[in-house]
Amino acid sequence: MLRNRIIPCLLMLNGGLVKTVKFKDPKYVGDPINAVHIFNDKEVDELAFLDIGATPAGAEPNFELLAAIASQAFMPFSYGGGITNVDQVKRLYALGVEKVILNTVTATGPRLVEQAAAVAGSSGVVVSIDVRRSWTGKYSVYVRGGRQDLKRDPVTHAQEMERAGAGEILLTSIDRDGLMNGYDLDLIRQVTHAVSVPVVAAGGAGELRHFREAVEQGAAAVAAGSMFVFMGKHRAVLITYPNYQQLEQLFA
Amino acid sequence: MISIVNYGVSNIGSMLNMMKKLGVEAETISTPVEIERAEKIILPGVGAFDHGMKTILEMGLAEPLKNRVRDGVPLLGVCLGMQMLGRGSDEGTAAGLGLIGGSCKRFTPNGAAAIRIPHMGWSELLIRQHDGLMAGLENPRFYFVHSYYFVCDDPSDELARANYGIDFTAAVHRGNVWGVQFHPEKSHRFGMTLLKNFAAL
Repeated sequence: MLRNRIIPCLLMLNGGLVKTVKFKDPKYVGDPINAVHIFNDKEVDELAFLDIGATPAGAEPNFELLAAIASQAFMPFSYGGGITNVDQVKRLYALGVEKVILNTVTATGPRLVEQAAAVAGSSGVVVSIDVRRSWTGKYSVYVRGGRQDLKRDPVTHAQEMERAGAGEILLTSIDRDGLMNGYDLDLIRQVTHAVSVPVVAAGGAGELRHFREAVEQGAAAVAAGSMFVFMGKHRAVLITYPNYQQLEQLFA
Repeated sequence: MISIVNYGVSNIGSMLNMMKKLGVEAETISTPVEIERAEKIILPGVGAFDHGMKTILEMGLAEPLKNRVRDGVPLLGVCLGMQMLGRGSDEGTAAGLGLIGGSCKRFTPNGAAAIRIPHMGWSELLIRQHDGLMAGLENPRFYFVHSYYFVCDDPSDELARANYGIDFTAAVHRGNVWGVQFHPEKSHRFGMTLLKNFAAL
């Protein structure tokens, strides 16, 4: 059985959980520890936490909150946000984070990717690549929560990060974030075909069939935010996750 | 009391968190003296094979571990900790602990099935021995993160199999030594059952 992972991607801001649309307008959706409890009960494949406030504020990861989350998370759990040096990486591993997610720090080169991979092996290092499509249709990598354009092709960037030791790529379409109308399949195809490490597709999931579409383009795993925290057209906050049988059927 | 070997090459936090959740007494140990008096040992590990073995040797832990196993103390290797139970690995040149006959091979990408390396995800287990460590596990699935897999010299040492493009050995058992390639500390109720079983051995 080869089942692709389905990963709730949860955004943290000032200690709470939020959800954005196109990386903007964060809406409060609840308490992270409470969410972990619910996702434990639902036996989710994995959780990803991204603190979207850390880098813009020049802040370190919130180690206390992450320790509290780790003590309750009985599934693999990755974290990104405000990671700038290898001491922070070591501290995150020690408190129970499986994988660190690096983004803005890769703008100046893959040095921390190399260092983190040397500490825990490639499988503990995820590089998150946020991508926006310009009006000419060209993809470019953004950092700082979508605020800074690296003017870099995501394929080139992904390949460089893989060479440096990234064990996984979290590939997010900024344009589709929060819209729930499907992933950017063209982007997924380009990147998955260019690297051999697993690529997690993110940005745009709204229905189960979107997961299958991303996997058909080569995604090893899929992430979703809105789909797991909102219910109905009025986007009422409700944490959900498909059950195991549903997912088995989806990928059968 | 379960003693978790901390040699700086693993995610000790997750294992301690899980033990606390289960109400199982656990400690971390990192010296030969502590190993010599441990009653039940978990050897975790992530990262490169040679780095793991080198660190264990430098800390003087290899001989005490082998001595304790000879004394009949239960030992559970997890992930790299399982791989180090064997003779060695294609990943490097270092010798393993040699507690279970076998060595580790690398997954090879086979285009059609789009196998990506590392294997990172959940797989169901086919269990060969349903008692002891695997007691009470019905259709279990576990979380794996690895690029190499254990190949037993003696097929009867294989405790469970899983599939990632190919069938591979997911757990081993010989005497008082067990090894699991997956991460029970990150595998929900399935991992809880397995670790409770180990605590009860």
